Amino acid sequence: MIVSLAEMAPGQTGIVISLEGGHGMMRRLAAMGIRRGAAVTKTSSQPFRGPISVQVGNTEVALGFGLARRVMVEVPG
Amino acid sequence: MKRILLMGNPNVGKSVVFSRLTGVDVIVSNYPGTTVEFIKGRMKLSGEVAEVIDVPGTYTLGPTTPAEQVATDMMAEGDVIINVVDATNLERNLNLTLQLLNSGKPVVVALNMWDSAQHKGIEIALAKLEKRLGVPVVPTVAPSGEGIGQLVARLEEATTGSIQFDEERRWSVLGGIVEEVQTVTHRHHTLLERLADLSLKPETGIPLAIVAGLVAFALIRVIGEGLIGLVFNPLFDHLWLPVVSGLSAILQPETFWHELLVGRLIDGQIDWVESMGLLTTGLYVPLAMVLPYIFAFYLVLGLVEDIGYLPRLGVLVDTIMHRLGMHGLSIIPMLLGLGCNIPGVLATRILETQRQRFRAAILMSICVPCMAQLAVIVALLGPYGVRGLAPLFIMLAVLWVVLSLGFKYLLPGETPEMFTEIPPYRTPYLPAVAQKLWMRVRQFIREAVPFVLLGVGLVNILYVLNIIQVLGRWLEPVLTSVLGLPPEAVGALLIGFLRKDVAVGMLAPLGLSVKQLVVACVVLTVYFPCAATFAVLLREFGLRRMAKAALLMTVVALGVGGLLNLVL
Repeated sequence: MIVSLAEMAPGQTGIVISLEGGHGMMRRLAAMGIRRGAAVTKTSSQPFRGPISVQVGNTEVALGFGLARRVMVEVPG
Repeated sequence: MKRILLMGNPNVGKSVVFSRLTGVDVIVSNYPGTTVEFIKGRMKLSGEVAEVIDVPGTYTLGPTTPAEQVATDMMAEGDVIINVVDATNLERNLNLTLQLLNSGKPVVVALNMWDSAQHKGIEIALAKLEKRLGVPVVPTVAPSGEGIGQLVARLEEATTGSIQFDEERRWSVLGGIVEEVQTVTHRHHTLLERLADLSLKPETGIPLAIVAGLVAFALIRVIGEGLIGLVFNPLFDHLWLPVVSGLSAILQPETFWHELLVGRLIDGQIDWVESMGLLTTGLYVPLAMVLPYIFAFYLVLGLVEDIGYLPRLGVLVDTIMHRLGMHGLSIIPMLLGLGCNIPGVLATRILETQRQRFRAAILMSICVPCMAQLAVIVALLGPYGVRGLAPLFIMLAVLWVVLSLGFKYLLPGETPEMFTEIPPYRTPYLPAVAQKLWMRVRQFIREAVPFVLLGVGLVNILYVLNIIQVLGRWLEPVLTSVLGLPPEAVGALLIGFLRKDVAVGMLAPLGLSVKQLVVACVVLTVYFPCAATFAVLLREFGLRRMAKAALLMTVVALGVGGLLNLVL
C-alpha cells in the first residue's frame, strides 16, 4: 500500500518510493537520508497537522506536515 | 598562513574538535545550529602557525539554505579541510565527504563520536574506508581529546582523494562504500532512546515538557536563592560591609566621593540595593543579586542543551508556533534570551529567513526579560508573592501572543515548515557542561559588571547634574497620567537603556505600591532593549528595521503600561 509519511501510523516502517516536490526540496530530503529506496520508520506525529518525525538509518528527522505529505512510502498491508 | 577549515554536518562535534585544536573556548551544545557564525582560531602545525576556521554545519554543498551557501562560499578560502564525520551516521555524513572530495581540496576525515558508534554496535572498517576514499581517516572522541593528536599528525597527508564518480551516481557510490565498510549489530533500545521517543510523542511529550519546565524553574529558583542566602549575602554582610562602613566613616556622608562610592545612607545605614554607590549597590546588584541566578540559569540550560532536549521542544511547540506565524525552533532563541538577550538575538540565525529572524528577535527583546533583570524583579516583587509576580508574567505572555499575531498579519510571508534533524539524547559530559557554564558566567562578569558600575556611576552624575529631576518634571504628564508612576521613575527608565538590572533596582527606594512596581517592571522590560542588545540587533537587522522596531517598542510600552495601570 502506498501512503504519504503524513498518513503513516507511528511505529510503521516503509520504503520511500517517491518525493513529490521541487529539486531543492528533494536535495534537502536526500541529504538527510530521505530518498528513494530508503527505509523509514515513523516515530511520532503531533496533533492538528503538526510535524511528524521519522527514523532513517541512525538519524531522526522532524518534518512539517506539508512536507511529510509529499513523501510517498510503500508500507506492508 | 595555512588555512584549515573544519567542515561537516551540523551537530557532529566540529566545535569540540575546534576547541581541542586551537584551545579557543566556544559554546557547544547538542543541537544542530549551535555555531551560527564561523569562528577563527590558531594552531601550531609543524612549527608554523595555521589558522583554523570552524565553519557552521552543512548537510550538502549545494546552496539549499543560506547557511549552506555561506559554508560553500567559505570553502574557496581554505587550504585544507578537516571533515568531521559522525561515525554513528556514516551514510549521511559521507555524502558531504564525497562532495568535499569532488571539490578538489585536500581533505582529512575525523571520524568523530567513535565511542558512541561502538556503543551503538556500529563497526567501521577503518583501513577499508581509508582506501576507498583515498584520504586519511582518523577516529576521534573530541570531548576527551582521543585521536586529536593523530588527526594533527596526519594533516600533512591530506589529499584530494582517489575516488572518482559522476555527481549523478553519488548516492549509489555512497551506498557501496557504506555497505563495504560498516557492519551494524542489532541491539536493544537503551533507556535514553526510550526517553527520547517518549519526549517526542505528544501524549507523553507534552506532560514531560511541562514537568521539565517546572523542574527547571524550581531548580533555578532553589540554586539561585540558595547561593544568595548561603553564600553571597553572608559574604557581603560579614566581609564587605565592615570595609565599606569604614570607608563611609572616613569619607563622611553627603560628600561627593561618599555619594559616588558608598552612596546615600538609608536611616544611617548602608543599604545594598538603595544606597546606589559604586562599592555598595554597584557591586551588590551584579554579584549578589544577579550572578547567582545567571549561574543557576546557565547550569540548567547547559544540561538541557547538552542532553539534546531543545529540538524536541521545538517540534512539540511547532503546531502552536505556526499558528502564531513562527517556526517551532523559534523557541530556542526565546529560551536563550531568558539568560541574556544577546545570545537570544544571535540564536535567531537558526531560522531560515531574515523575516523570521527579525520577528523572533524583536519579539524576544520586547517580551523576554533577561535573567539579570528577572533576578532584580524577583527580589523586588517576590515578597508580594503571586500578587506581585503573576500580573507581570501573565502580561508578558499575553503580549508575546498578541505581538506574534500582530506580526503575522503586519509582516506577512511564508513561515518555512519544520525540517530538522533531531539529535539523539546524550548523557551530558560534565567537564564540558562545567566549561560552558564557566564561559557564560565569565562573560557576564567581564561584560555586564563594568556596565552595571557605569550605570550606577551615571545615576549619581545624573542626579548631581539635576538631569533626572528636570526630565522627571518634563515627562511627568505621561508618567503620572498614563502609567501612574511618580516623576522620579524617569531615572530608572533612563538607566534602563544601559542596564535593566540597575534600572529595576532604582525603583526600590521610590516607595512604590505593588501596582506601580508591576507597571514599572513591565514597562522596563518592554520599552527598549539594553544598549548592548540594541547594538547587536542593529548589526543584525540594520537601522531602518530597528527604527521601526524602536517605535513599536515605545508604543507597546505605553500601551501595556497604561493598560496595567487601568486594570490592576
